[in-house]
Amino acid sequence: MPAPTDPTPRLAEYAHPERLVTTQWLADRLAAQDTDGFVVVESDEDVLLYETGHIPGAVKIDWHTDLLQPVERDYLDGAGFADLLASRGISRDTTIILYGDKNNWWAAYTAWVFTLFGHEDVRLLDGGRNLWVAEERELTTEVPAPARGDYPVVERDDTTFRAFKEDVLAHLGRGPLVDIRSPQEYTGERLHIPDYPEEGVLRGGHIPTARSVPWATAVSEDGTYKTRAELEAIYRDGGLGIQLDDSVITYCRIGERSSHTWFALRYLLGIDDVRNYDGSWTEWGNAVRVPIVAGDAPGEVPAGPAQKVAVA
Amino acid sequence: MNDAAPALPESLAEIREDFLALPERERLQLLLEFSRELPALPDRYASAPGLLEAVEECQSPVRAFAEVDGDVVRFFATAPQEAPTTRGFASILAQGLSGLTAQQVLDVPDDFPLMIGLTRAVSPLRLNGMAGMLTRAKRQVREQLAA
Repeated sequence: MPAPTDPTPRLAEYAHPERLVTTQWLADRLAAQDTDGFVVVESDEDVLLYETGHIPGAVKIDWHTDLLQPVERDYLDGAGFADLLASRGISRDTTIILYGDKNNWWAAYTAWVFTLFGHEDVRLLDGGRNLWVAEERELTTEVPAPARGDYPVVERDDTTFRAFKEDVLAHLGRGPLVDIRSPQEYTGERLHIPDYPEEGVLRGGHIPTARSVPWATAVSEDGTYKTRAELEAIYRDGGLGIQLDDSVITYCRIGERSSHTWFALRYLLGIDDVRNYDGSWTEWGNAVRVPIVAGDAPGEVPAGPAQKVAVA
Repeated sequence: MNDAAPALPESLAEIREDFLALPERERLQLLLEFSRELPALPDRYASAPGLLEAVEECQSPVRAFAEVDGDVVRFFATAPQEAPTTRGFASILAQGLSGLTAQQVLDVPDDFPLMIGLTRAVSPLRLNGMAGMLTRAKRQVREQLAA
């Protein structure tokens, strides 16, 4: 049984209002102990933040230590996923409400990974941990010990919402590509986010034809997503010009900030075919014989090696 | 400890043993305790944070400096409350390096962050942050010795 939808009017404007919940809605449910059908999950950049205090009843899933495989750069498999979610008290029909630090980057990333496994009802807490804390809502250090959920082994679908490097090469010239890193990363001026670790990228710039729309463009000052009309003006007519039937790919540095934009395009604007390229710039900027563009202009679809791969 | 393991100064060896004595999951709790114990900056740095060096390997804005006073090293760092992991790393180094001689600091193995049993609980990428702090601390000590 899925949890009811948050009826807040601002959310009702979105293509899929059932994908977001407000902090007030969640606080009301918790206060009324009306938590049937949903599990709140915190996913943070900082692996210790949950331990310093979290939303009462929330469980923790960490992108590094839970979602990624320790050796191969890939996500856990169907059996691992089933075990992870069951251990957090989540069943296949449970509503999952995700929130986290850094404006929900990792929460959105986790939501995206859950969607690869076809988990039906995955929502974001609009505004994330920052807003919950700013509103001085309750936090606890009490870690819940949920009864094990009943989760089937489901194979991950890596085609519908995920793009690999080869998919991106084949995509050039066939649909919008959205680069959501900072403007300086897009032009190639710098290789990493200001104040972030150097992750060893060899070249700066962007994927040819990609348009720059930094992730923060999609949020208001309090970290909640902008209204549907504002999002339309950025990504659709008057902005990037994305059409509802376009095939779109988003990317960033390792795929986390672009999950935040992926979520907005897919669920708030209702574009069906949006894939996130999780290899992102840490793969593309280091890969041999893939074309890049430096500077402000999106650049042309390249001829040459990339094209050969594209038609192969 | 086997014979091949590099000898650690007592302060760091104790920290290492404390972590390794715990089951993996509980090591995060110990790191959290360290994060709460990160000492406040002394006035001369608190009023002039520019004297500290930004540690770019960390995922949060952290500034740190290893000061050589006579032959004794003191390590200072500051990081935001919402970055407890980074604060924990800094606190381990503040407790483990402060009071050592300059030579002892220079002799700390560069892979000390990988020796305290946090690789799986925290992840190697995140531990880069502590490695960055340690590398910079050693360089700062070297520069002050040369000055």
